[in-house]
Amino acid sequence: MSRAVSDTPIRRSSDTSQFKSVGKNPPRKESREKVTGKAKYIDDLTFEGCLYGKTVRSTIPRGKIKKITFEPGVPWEEFTVVTAKDIPGKNVVALIEMDQPFLVETEIRHMAEPIALIAHPDKGLVEKALTKVRVEYEELPAIFTIDESLSGRNIQRGRDNVFKKYHIQKGDPAPVFSRPAIVVIEGEYWTGPQEQLYIEPNGVAAVATPDGVTVWGSMQCPFYVQKGLKPLFNLPDDKIRVIYCVTGGGFGGKEEYPTLPAAHAALLSWKAGGRPVKIIYDRMEDMWATTKRHPCRTRVKTAFAKDGKLLALQVDATMDGGAYLTLSSVVLSRGTLHAFGPYACDHVTIDTRAVFTNSPPYGAFRGFGAPQTIFPLELHMDRAADRLGIEPHELRLKNILHKGDTMATGQKMEDEMDIEGILKKAMTESRYLEKRKSHREHNRTASPVKKGIGLSLFFHGAGFTGSGEVFLDSRAGLEITPAGTVRILTANTEIGQGSFTTHSQIVAEALRIPYEMIEVAPPDTAVVPNSGPTVASRTCMIVGELLRRAADDLRDLLIRSSGLSNNGYGPDEFRRAASAHAEKNGVTRVYAKYKPPAGIHWDDQTYTGSAYGAYAWACYVCDLETDLTTYQVEVKDFVAVQEVGRVIHPVIAGGQIEGGVAQALGWALYENVVLKQGVMQNTQLTNYILPTTADTPPIRVFFYENPYPNGPYGAKGLGELPMDGPAPAVASAVAFSLGGKFISSIPILPENICEILK
Amino acid sequence: MRSYLAEFSVISPRSLDEALWALKQRPAPAPIAGGTDLMVLLNAGQLPPGAYLNLHSIPELRRPIEFVNGEACFGALTTYADARRHPEIRKRLPMLCLAAREIGALQIQSRGTWAGNIVNASPAADGVPALMAYDAAVELSSASGVRSVALADFYSGYKQTARRPDELVTAIRIPVPEKEAVQYYRKVGTRKFQAISKVLLAGIMVLGKDRRIKKIRLVYASVMPYTYRARAVEAVLEGRVPDGAAIKAAVAALRSELKPIDDVRSTAAYRLRVACNLLEEFLSASSPSRGEARRG
Ligand SMILES: Cc1cc2nc3c(=O)[nH]c(=O)nc-3n(C[C@H](O)[C@H](O)[C@H](O)COP(=O)(O)OP(=O)(O)OC[C@H]3O[C@@H](n4cnc5c(N)ncnc54)[C@H](O)[C@@H]3O)c2cc1C
Repeated sequence: MSRAVSDTPIRRSSDTSQFKSVGKNPPRKESREKVTGKAKYIDDLTFEGCLYGKTVRSTIPRGKIKKITFEPGVPWEEFTVVTAKDIPGKNVVALIEMDQPFLVETEIRHMAEPIALIAHPDKGLVEKALTKVRVEYEELPAIFTIDESLSGRNIQRGRDNVFKKYHIQKGDPAPVFSRPAIVVIEGEYWTGPQEQLYIEPNGVAAVATPDGVTVWGSMQCPFYVQKGLKPLFNLPDDKIRVIYCVTGGGFGGKEEYPTLPAAHAALLSWKAGGRPVKIIYDRMEDMWATTKRHPCRTRVKTAFAKDGKLLALQVDATMDGGAYLTLSSVVLSRGTLHAFGPYACDHVTIDTRAVFTNSPPYGAFRGFGAPQTIFPLELHMDRAADRLGIEPHELRLKNILHKGDTMATGQKMEDEMDIEGILKKAMTESRYLEKRKSHREHNRTASPVKKGIGLSLFFHGAGFTGSGEVFLDSRAGLEITPAGTVRILTANTEIGQGSFTTHSQIVAEALRIPYEMIEVAPPDTAVVPNSGPTVASRTCMIVGELLRRAADDLRDLLIRSSGLSNNGYGPDEFRRAASAHAEKNGVTRVYAKYKPPAGIHWDDQTYTGSAYGAYAWACYVCDLETDLTTYQVEVKDFVAVQEVGRVIHPVIAGGQIEGGVAQALGWALYENVVLKQGVMQNTQLTNYILPTTADTPPIRVFFYENPYPNGPYGAKGLGELPMDGPAPAVASAVAFSLGGKFISSIPILPENICEILK
Repeated sequence: MRSYLAEFSVISPRSLDEALWALKQRPAPAPIAGGTDLMVLLNAGQLPPGAYLNLHSIPELRRPIEFVNGEACFGALTTYADARRHPEIRKRLPMLCLAAREIGALQIQSRGTWAGNIVNASPAADGVPALMAYDAAVELSSASGVRSVALADFYSGYKQTARRPDELVTAIRIPVPEKEAVQYYRKVGTRKFQAISKVLLAGIMVLGKDRRIKKIRLVYASVMPYTYRARAVEAVLEGRVPDGAAIKAAVAALRSELKPIDDVRSTAAYRLRVACNLLEEFLSASSPSRGEARRG
């Protein structure tokens, strides 16, 4: 079944000889424009008569607005000023719930919350004016931690400050813990917030009049913005047009958030009689005010037999959601569904909750809750191995899922899978066993540099959770151009992950025409169908499959109506048939609509069934050194082995893994969001520390391919997977280097290592 | 950019005299050299509006590194890249090259100046400790004359310097140390490059024939509110052989001398511990049983 795509660092599909585009590495669709500087990011667009908007934000975490004063020093009469009173429709962001206002009316719930908007044609003057707006408050007591939120002493949301809870039950762990001759291990783990840190900060432009609203911007999900703006202006779908601009990264940070600046720019434009308004955050505002990864505290309790068999597992995880629900319930859901790991266990309970605090809402970030629950479980497995005196890889081998086993959700493993093969490949490539031995010997010497190696084993479910894809009801399409080429129509955005390219490869393959004959329409809600958001590792797998089906239909159409041969054709014949069709019938578009794969059932009430249609499986190994002079950790080598279905574009796929690993190493070792009154303090790149290439090890990527029947040419999702595994592998390797001293919270900073060695 | 540029002006003098005359205005315009500290503040809206004095238009200030009477002489606009590229600096004042290569990255190294680093007076300045360990002196010029201040006496508190607002740094003089001097330089940053120091030690030590310490300089960045020369520890060590007992005594002295800062970048406890570890590393590398210092 599975086979390694490559044996050398990265990525060449071996046998994809039956394919012409899939498995190859054609140049990316957008790369020429980007490297020549032609690509237009939002701040490159110019608008005649443009105003520059800025957001007045709260400087207290909770309280009531008593008074807003516009102090002298700037010509206020030249400014456009918007407060909640100017909103034509409903002052709520339409997302999962309608709880977050676009502008505070009276009650402030977190620092940096938008209160008012100002705009002027002179960018610099707006900056000055911002310092002249004084807001007087009546402060109220605020809560900043999970414990404060759950203490019951300051309830601000519902009856108990809990946004959402989930419970998964398989068997009954409670009695197992009192069985004789077992080893019970408990632990508490913490993962900190993380900033997405896309290169391009959030930015939008808008023109809004009673005739309609148009928004341009840096974003992942144009239709989310459209949905968010409809109630704000009381306008129907077709009067709200949202246009994606070339976007410099998202990582989830441009999933739900852009609706806020888009609404703000549109409100200013509305008030200014339809003049275009641009709002571009600078890095400090972006880091201060926008979403971050949810912090999460997890308690894990396990019962093992002496031989290492996992008998019972209890996980209790609490995420800090911040002051509004936004996406916390779905982030929590994904965290819940990844909390039990790739292990077979008869008795499992998973309890999770997301709670309210007076912090800016936490939001979507690559991995979407899964990294937060994978870290505790995997590190717990290492601590257990240590306690049981079993090698960590053996403990895992003893407990991994095999075909026919069921997960905690009751989902039966029906696909061919080879977790063991993945684990062993990672061990071989990293020389894991040999290094554990030699590092141990080295660490007995006087050298102040200690060595460690650690691994993690995990999965990531691709696509929306449970019945999510059914609710999304996505549509994607293809259009025949008059030149006889084919244009892809989806709402899915290119945010650096290569989706325009992989989609084009899939369509080229299905139509049996060259990749160069495919173009991609820029996602614009007036042009493309709603193929769902660009999130959840779904773009290639779910939307790619819609495109593959649309391509089949398009080919059939041309065979039926335009004389395309059923027995093979060359590019020119296709071009002729397609352009003849376009000439005769005008614009022709073919759409495909989402159908759930057979046998996928999910029960939202009991949290049982098939949580995801497909899982990617992986084992990562981290080899590092800890310097006891400075307590700094240096990752020396990183091996990432994964099974992701079919690899459509090996270079892009490899890039996703490398980038995700680097991002996760940042989360594990460097990125410390310093919070004060719930809000980030270190809002500059000098003090929020990302690893640079000098801090990043060689990342050796290996793919196994095990084509997934419901994905295009067998592809599964892979974009989020690499965010999951590095942190526990790092923490385990650090513990090894410190002679078994575990640090159970990340980031693991030199200060923490210094502290534990006191 | 959070500043309103209309509120800023730049004076570009054609000569040093003109510049010094301009500095007599009240408030005195702040000099702008590489701008790599000032522009960060400008971007953040934290630079006070007003007049700034461009040093790049002054021909006298744009002179190459020279060696005169056993001293290297940097001008006001000497950059890190200038020092890195200079073969004599590399050979005779190696800590300056080590410092330069770990400051920012190539862009900052090509633009940022040693004089700017000194006057900016950040406790985390990376260029200053090596200069101070070499006993560098700062030449300050104003319309009323020229004076020289030892860099070790230049700072008196957080952002407190000996420079008057009407003075320009016009030279930095760095004596070349004895050939046998043992040098140690280690920057502990938040990451490998593009990092602000959390702790940095620049050390230099000259041992006599009897292996006793004839001269020692220990200069730390980022542990105190300004670049800090640990004079009490130097006094403990002078005249002693750097053996185990001496190292212990030195570390104990350092521990009571330092009152490290606590900030967003690190903790006082970490800084103190690492400062001690670096001292130990430096001294043990040059203790009788071991070879050369690990860096420098
Ligand atoms: C991305 C980045 C990375 C950085 N990395 C580091 C680092 O690793 N280590 C480090 O120490 N610093 C670092 N810095 C800070 C900065 O580059 C250095 O402090 C640099 O030496 C400042 O020199 P400058 O010529 O650019 O100073 P400027 O910004 O021009 O001036 C700084 C101050 O000195 C004054 N001044 C300048 N020249 C004179 C003069 N001749 N006489 C009197 N006053 C003068 C100015 O008025 C101002 O107060 C970094 C900065 C950036 C933006």
